[in-house]
Amino acid sequence: MADLAQQIVSGLASGGIYASLALALVLIYRATGVVNFAQGEMAMFTTFVAWTLMEHIAYWPAFALTLVLAFVGGALLELTVIRPVQSAPPLTVVIVTIGLLIGLNGLARRIWGNSPKTLESPFSTDPVRIGGVAFSIQDLGIIGVSLAIVALLWAFFRFTKLGLGLRAAAVNPAESRLVGIRVAWMLALGWGLAAVLGAVAGMMAAPPLGSFDQNLMQPILLYAFAAAVLGGIDSPLGAVVGGLLVGVMVNLVGTYVGFVGADLRLPVALAIILGVLLVRPSGLFGREAVSRV
Amino acid sequence: MAGPLLELRNVEARYGPLVALHGVSLTVGEAEVVAVLGANGAGKTTTLRAISGTVRRSGEVLLGGETLGRTPEGVARRRVAHVPEGRGTFVELTVEENLRLGAYARRDRQVAADLERVLGWFPRLRERLGQQAGTLSGGEQQMLALGRALMLSPRLLLLDEPSLGLAPLVVAELFGIVRRLNEEDGLAVLVVEQNASLALAAARRAYVLEAGRVAVEGPSAELREHADVRRSYLGY
Repeated sequence: MADLAQQIVSGLASGGIYASLALALVLIYRATGVVNFAQGEMAMFTTFVAWTLMEHIAYWPAFALTLVLAFVGGALLELTVIRPVQSAPPLTVVIVTIGLLIGLNGLARRIWGNSPKTLESPFSTDPVRIGGVAFSIQDLGIIGVSLAIVALLWAFFRFTKLGLGLRAAAVNPAESRLVGIRVAWMLALGWGLAAVLGAVAGMMAAPPLGSFDQNLMQPILLYAFAAAVLGGIDSPLGAVVGGLLVGVMVNLVGTYVGFVGADLRLPVALAIILGVLLVRPSGLFGREAVSRV
Repeated sequence: MAGPLLELRNVEARYGPLVALHGVSLTVGEAEVVAVLGANGAGKTTTLRAISGTVRRSGEVLLGGETLGRTPEGVARRRVAHVPEGRGTFVELTVEENLRLGAYARRDRQVAADLERVLGWFPRLRERLGQQAGTLSGGEQQMLALGRALMLSPRLLLLDEPSLGLAPLVVAELFGIVRRLNEEDGLAVLVVEQNASLALAAARRAYVLEAGRVAVEGPSAELREHADVRRSYLGY
């Protein structure tokens, strides 16, 4: 039982990371109807930026500064790379995001070289005993940070005027312009926020691995896709629940199903994507828009 | 008395190669209700869209003597509210969020008070504040669209086919509210209507569009007696 509890918490920690990245995917999908394949590489890039900053300044200031830079970077990518193809067919935009994926990966190799890096962790790797079960402080910390950033974002969307404007721009851009929302800015803002989520995911994902390189986020992006599809690609709540579920499922299956082990975890994510698309394409929380004429 | 609140001078608009307006000129005075009539495809909706900047236009549009911008965001900031054809509401958002969005372009502190005012006019919206707009009936959605436009505290209201698809009782209620706003608050309204007798009853003056041009214009009372208008739009 103790082992199961540990595995669940450890799965939730990975799940928090998947949830953050999945939420970033959903955010951009809702705003533009396009899946951003570069989301993982944007997160990887900001993780390298964090690594550089942490060589010079303390962890939390570097963390905060990374988020600011991620926001600016994400918004700039939208303005310079996505905006020119905005009105092109979705497939064109998808291809552009794939180009962005490759470009960011190459740029990161160019800047930071091919040797693996180690990212500082704000959390101790010591265990803490709760009810007789030893949990890793790092796992609990990752869960805490991921959920905190998700909660902050939720509050922003739910309670602020700008958040309402962003949601409106996502569901109905034409109508939004009529009430005075600058939809073009909202798209850049959405990309900035998605990049912030990705930066958090990257900074939480890297330390437990011991060392990371430019391929850091590629498996995580797949898990995040699985999470987003499971939760419903247009549902922010679904992305979070889906992320946590995928984290726990993959960890449990990897631990307790002998032949899966550590090597076959990614195919589990692919199986989830396939299964959901076959059985319930709208996911757990995704739904058709309600409208009556 | 200064010039009109709204003035269109020789406005042209096109959708791609298709010219929808060939130089339309019209005015709306302060606190005046003006109707635009015409057959399908005559350019009624396009006229409103040219004002609100949702279609590309050339020619001049002046609000209070100053040029009105060409983007919908800019037009909303000048407090011109557009209720588009087919009830533009955010169906996925709640009634309250829809109303708050109506005041998005405002920077003043009267928004909360205006929300109360609008809910006073539309008691049914108050009962449904937390409900998704998409779950409202057609009449309620049209009221929400109008309520949202009023949340801008507009100088000018552009109404596109408010009666479309609604029961006569609901239509009467809507026009009753518009008339009250006009009489009590001096709200200026430019309304496009398929239903000519309804529009002529509500408006002081009217323009009849034909193929993207103003064919006839004048006080509603005169147009009601105008032979062509009667034959083409009133059916008697």
